Amino acid sequence: MTGPLRFERRLDTPKWLNVAVPLASLVLAAVIVAILLLATGHNPISTYHEMYSAAITANGALSSTFVFATPLLFTGLCAAFAFRMRTWNIGGEGQLYMGAVGASATGLALGNWPRPFLIIAMILGGALAGAVWAEIPALLRAYLRTNEILTSLMLNYVAGFLMYYLIYDSTSYWRDLTSPGATVFPTGKTLGPHANWPGITIGSFTLPMGFILGIGLAVGLLVLIRSTRYGFEMRVMGDSPHAANYSGIRTKRKILSVMGISGGIAGIAGSSQIGDFGHVLDPRGLQQAQYGYTGIVVAALALYNPLAVVMVSLLIGGLTNAGFALEGPSFPTGLVGTMEGIILFTVLGGEILARYRISWHRRPVVAAGTARPSATGVVAVGTGAPSGAAS
Amino acid sequence: MTDAQAVSPTGAALVSTLAPGAFGDMPKALAVQAIDMTKRFPGVVANDRVSFEAADGEVHALLGENGAGKTTLCNLLMGLYRPDEGRLYVGGKPVRFHSPRDAQDAGIFMVHQHLRLVESMTVAENVVLGSSAPRQLHFSPRAVEKTVAEAAERFQMSVDPRARIWQLSLGERQRVEILKALCRGAKILILDEPTTVLTPQEADQLFSSVRDMAGAGRTVIFISHKLPEVLAVADRVTILRQGHSIATVPAAGTDADDLAALMVGRDVSLEATTRVSQEAGAAVLELTGVWARADLGSDALKDVTVQVRVGEILGIAGVSGNGQRELAEVIAGLRPTTRGMITIGGARLPSGDPRAAIDLGVAYVPEDRMGTGISPNLSIAENLMLKSYRGKAMSSGPVLSNRKAIANAKEMIDRFDIRAPGPRTLVRQLSGGNIQKVLLARELSSGPRVLVAASPTRGLDVGATQYVRRVLADTAASGVAVVMVSEDLDEIFELSDRIAVFYSGRVVGTLQASEANRQQIGLMMVGVA
Repeated sequence: MTGPLRFERRLDTPKWLNVAVPLASLVLAAVIVAILLLATGHNPISTYHEMYSAAITANGALSSTFVFATPLLFTGLCAAFAFRMRTWNIGGEGQLYMGAVGASATGLALGNWPRPFLIIAMILGGALAGAVWAEIPALLRAYLRTNEILTSLMLNYVAGFLMYYLIYDSTSYWRDLTSPGATVFPTGKTLGPHANWPGITIGSFTLPMGFILGIGLAVGLLVLIRSTRYGFEMRVMGDSPHAANYSGIRTKRKILSVMGISGGIAGIAGSSQIGDFGHVLDPRGLQQAQYGYTGIVVAALALYNPLAVVMVSLLIGGLTNAGFALEGPSFPTGLVGTMEGIILFTVLGGEILARYRISWHRRPVVAAGTARPSATGVVAVGTGAPSGAAS
Repeated sequence: MTDAQAVSPTGAALVSTLAPGAFGDMPKALAVQAIDMTKRFPGVVANDRVSFEAADGEVHALLGENGAGKTTLCNLLMGLYRPDEGRLYVGGKPVRFHSPRDAQDAGIFMVHQHLRLVESMTVAENVVLGSSAPRQLHFSPRAVEKTVAEAAERFQMSVDPRARIWQLSLGERQRVEILKALCRGAKILILDEPTTVLTPQEADQLFSSVRDMAGAGRTVIFISHKLPEVLAVADRVTILRQGHSIATVPAAGTDADDLAALMVGRDVSLEATTRVSQEAGAAVLELTGVWARADLGSDALKDVTVQVRVGEILGIAGVSGNGQRELAEVIAGLRPTTRGMITIGGARLPSGDPRAAIDLGVAYVPEDRMGTGISPNLSIAENLMLKSYRGKAMSSGPVLSNRKAIANAKEMIDRFDIRAPGPRTLVRQLSGGNIQKVLLARELSSGPRVLVAASPTRGLDVGATQYVRRVLADTAASGVAVVMVSEDLDEIFELSDRIAVFYSGRVVGTLQASEANRQQIGLMMVGVA
């Protein structure tokens, strides 16, 4: 009684669908957005051109796409890695905040260290802070069997308030209390010049160091998942926790370690925010960006594949960047948000196509021509004699 | 067959009341007919031009070994799979199912081996849940309860419509599934190995209910690989073998030997596995005063002391739920002990540490194969290295060797005669018997000192059962101390050197198998002796 449109779950998903479906979804999204643009009095062709230009070709556009893509790469990896073991770390957002707190503390405290050592210390400081934050839901999950989705999500708010407290409501180590105006408009201390991460600059384009680090991490995670004992244990745990316990895998430790790595990656997103871009702990900016939550979308679109996360983070980063460039008096923020929403919705919705077969047909009917099979003796009245009882 | 079949609790008496040809004399409308159904999966033809029919009021058994295609055929009948070729008629009309819902609309319902009920809801709520027929927003519990109670009475399946599912035994839950199908207007009911979860008494009760349903004009398709129950309950039997429908025979005109021959395609002796009794050696596994808790916190094992010697099979007999499962888990390190001591070859086994048990040489074939023994969505090769992946045999440093894993899998597939397209096949795609072979292959290839096998042949067909028993006997002969938990007394007597009887978490007696008799053990099992 579900009407003519039917969804049947596919038993096996053909490989080509995993590529074809996202592409087709993007085309469909472009068509829907074009209709929306026409309806609101914009020229779709020129809008698309403007988006393309704002994301890639314009002066500084590509650099700015990478600015958005870099944190998404880390938070996407954070989610994809944990989700591989069906450990639902939704706390990338908070772990990123804590990573930023940790990295800025390290950067401020060790400001006179030689640059390479300082950068490594900042990466480790952010990773450690993110990992520690992720261990809270991990410990609760491993030893008290709480649901890590709820605890990790809630801790995002705690981390957000903590970060606000450090800058706005306290005289903490992170807050700038000396420069004029800082008492009126609270800000964090700006890190010294050694703490600025070097990017690779080619002409007007700058590739952030964080993105290169992220690609390295993605490759490392892929190898870890695919071909090591560690990754094998993750796959067993993700498929059947009982079987994992039975085969001697230390399941509790495994949850702690996977959550730790996942949180550490989100923490490096925070490090990169400080080292690559902000050079100051900026609670408001970090909270508005919502990189942690968008990272979950990135991971889902990438089907939890670390290498695909690299591509998807660029796609979403470009889209975000283009969206900001479009905004203006004749192009309201709401319209940009709607466009982005349509694109994400279509691509995520396309996933259902990869997993289900969809058909359109009427109720099962008796075909008129073949109402009664006769030739084979298949009639509605059985003989009672065992048919085909030979052998 | 409108006169209520002389339903007797024992199957044998029932067969005798069914005169040969009693069924054949009556012309019956065909309820369901499948013609030349073919279903292919990657690497396997699961159903190869299978034909099958069942009449109104008939109990039709589908008999076949694991992997013979019974489940595939039923999934085709109930719309879960779509056939690659072939035609399906229901009530004489051609049908094409796109989903189980279509099949249900046509009156075909299936009761799965693994029941699908919402545990926190009542029986009545479960009956209405997902129902497609009444499109009403208002749910009247009392009306549903009444319908359920009526159906329950009519088919002798007593169950309280207001009880919550978690309060019910497995047998009662199965009745709820059947009632659910009947209340939704099932004309054709498929029961997938329904007796697996039942006690013998519950099974007899089920057979009687099945006869009642047939008496009321319903068609029951009864999937099984247990010959006695097929003979007891069915009017006709269709035998499947390796994806082909081999024959359809009236149950009254055949016997277990004939059916077994059709089923495995060769003459099989249903003889017992023979064991060469040997001198038992030194005690390898010793439990001294072991206590352990059940999942809900009560004491499941109370002061258990047993010893198992080299080359010996200790059979653990008892009615299910008297501590046997906990005993197996305690030895395998999956359940912590609260008191007492377990030693293996003199070394103390830490409580509740599966890895320590593995390292001390404990192999474990768990009762819950799919849920615990294997990782269903991983490949055969990966499942075979589930316990050895940590060692040098499968990896160099932290990196696993894919080549070694595949080579190991190929060897095991050969040695244990695992029927599968290849080492990369996912284990969940295998039949029950082959899954058990994968499990045994992994556990035995580790060179264990102790083997704990819990219900090792439950749900397996004749061929696989004999194979598993043979392997257990050989394992003991090779010098392993074997603990075998089984609810099947025949199996216990066939394989054991000594028998320990469990009742209410205690060992109520340990006997030499050669000196024990069934009555004595039966009485001990219920706590009388």
